[in-house]
Amino acid sequence: MKVLVPIKRVIDANIKVRVKADNSGVELNNVKMAMNPFCEIAVEEAIRMREAGSADEVIVVAVGPSQSQETLRTGLAMGADRAILIETDPIPEPLAIAKLLKAVAEKEDPGMIILGKQAIDGDNNQTGQMLAGLLNWSIGSFVSKLSVEGSTVKVTREVDGGLENIDLAAPAVITVDLRLNEPRYASLPNIMKAKKKPLDTHTPEELGIDVSPRLEVLQVLEPPGRTAGVRVNSADELVEKLRNEAKVI
Amino acid sequence: MSILVIGEHDNAALRPSTLNVVTAAKALGSDIDVLIAGSDCQGAADEAATIAGITRVLKADDAALSDGLAENMAPLVQSLAENYSHVLAPATTYGKNLLPRAAAILDVQQISDISGIESEDTFVRPIYAGNAMATVRSNDALKLITVRTTSFEAAEFGGAAPVEDVSGGTNAQLSTFAGEELTRSERPELTTADIIVSGGRGMQSSENFAMLETLADKLGAAVGASRAAVDAGYVPNDYQVGQTGKVVAPDVYIAVGISGAIQHLAGMKDSKIIVAINKDEEAPIFQVADYGWVTDLFEAIPQLEASLGADAS
Repeated sequence: MKVLVPIKRVIDANIKVRVKADNSGVELNNVKMAMNPFCEIAVEEAIRMREAGSADEVIVVAVGPSQSQETLRTGLAMGADRAILIETDPIPEPLAIAKLLKAVAEKEDPGMIILGKQAIDGDNNQTGQMLAGLLNWSIGSFVSKLSVEGSTVKVTREVDGGLENIDLAAPAVITVDLRLNEPRYASLPNIMKAKKKPLDTHTPEELGIDVSPRLEVLQVLEPPGRTAGVRVNSADELVEKLRNEAKVI
Repeated sequence: MSILVIGEHDNAALRPSTLNVVTAAKALGSDIDVLIAGSDCQGAADEAATIAGITRVLKADDAALSDGLAENMAPLVQSLAENYSHVLAPATTYGKNLLPRAAAILDVQQISDISGIESEDTFVRPIYAGNAMATVRSNDALKLITVRTTSFEAAEFGGAAPVEDVSGGTNAQLSTFAGEELTRSERPELTTADIIVSGGRGMQSSENFAMLETLADKLGAAVGASRAAVDAGYVPNDYQVGQTGKVVAPDVYIAVGISGAIQHLAGMKDSKIIVAINKDEEAPIFQVADYGWVTDLFEAIPQLEASLGADAS
């Protein structure tokens, strides 16, 4: 089985983002970029499936500017076999990304598509669910456990009340949650090897997909700030303040 | 404007998230229908009918809809959507799972997790873990939106809307519900609690977390956790507060042994009052805390319990 893993290049999760002075967006110039953390978990899971013999090829796919090649190389260094870049700048909205990925899926005919449940830039949490809808495939979202048994994919999902088990008919789209696995670091020899792995580039036009935005970002503002309050030095003082000053207990 | 609210429920009863979404719908217009799609869901439909200010409850009752599977639900939402200008669902795991699938088959770019409504087509939503707030205008004729429940008050009961049956509910034969492991608790739900006591890696073990539960029970509070505490296995996943866990906004959030990573702050910084108890005075949580107490939590918790007990009202 072929496994497709769409991945996204985002601001490094450890960087504090800054809103641009003209409120048109978030500052991306000279900011460290990295693979979206949830995408790393998706890549890891696909590689583990190949190592366990339930997958035979892992293909990483990115939609974005040419710099997304770096992100794809990271996926290749982790162990993916080849990479596809759909080059377009800026990165389109989730619906357009899902349409591009559907076009790739129709070409590659994978048995499973594994994605992160959300990207930490837009926090939309849409692409996987949309892709499953467009393909009319089953969806396992927010997955923390995954196993393939014949033509059934068994997943455990993290839901608001606890955990939920769903059996999915293959082919399936899976979006992964934090606790599915611990992604590996790429070793130096594997980083070198990754440079020689195949990376194909396409454009939305070649795939016949319109990626024009449906949403207009009117402004991006800093959130209302919170400032540090006071220090307390005893339980009695804290309880007194919560009761009589804040009046919340 | 006519608005369809996708009600979240367990067939027998409504989940409170539905009430927050109805309030968001009221900011868009006054013609509001609530969809209760499930199996043997009369109980939930009857309860929804008593929400004040709604026009109708649409009840879709079919075995294929019993477990809220997105593959079976999305075509129903698609078939109903043509009658509406807006379709709203809560930004809970239920709504996040379902609505994007419906949006895709309707060819609509969904707007996720809105925290504010500027007009019928313009919305405010947090991005980058709430470190920026984006105002976006949708150019789609139909709007599909998930609503951040903590940003909108719960709608009141006291109405008597009619319940109408709608058909729809075909089994797409793509997925099967195979069971659940729900966390049972007598405590309030995290997302609606007035008080939350939350623990982090500093708790060191699941046994120690029991200390927080005792404190929470004394306060009538819910218990939450940081990702670190969940990853370490101290508590189940549904305790997690943060960018990718639950978003909460209680009257008071008591963070114990939580350092305050931006991903955690994203889930709780709209709390009215934040209390931080941590022995590391450099912990970033103190930068957002109204009351900070630099101390060893294992000494602090029993003392806090004693102080609360001494003059419990």
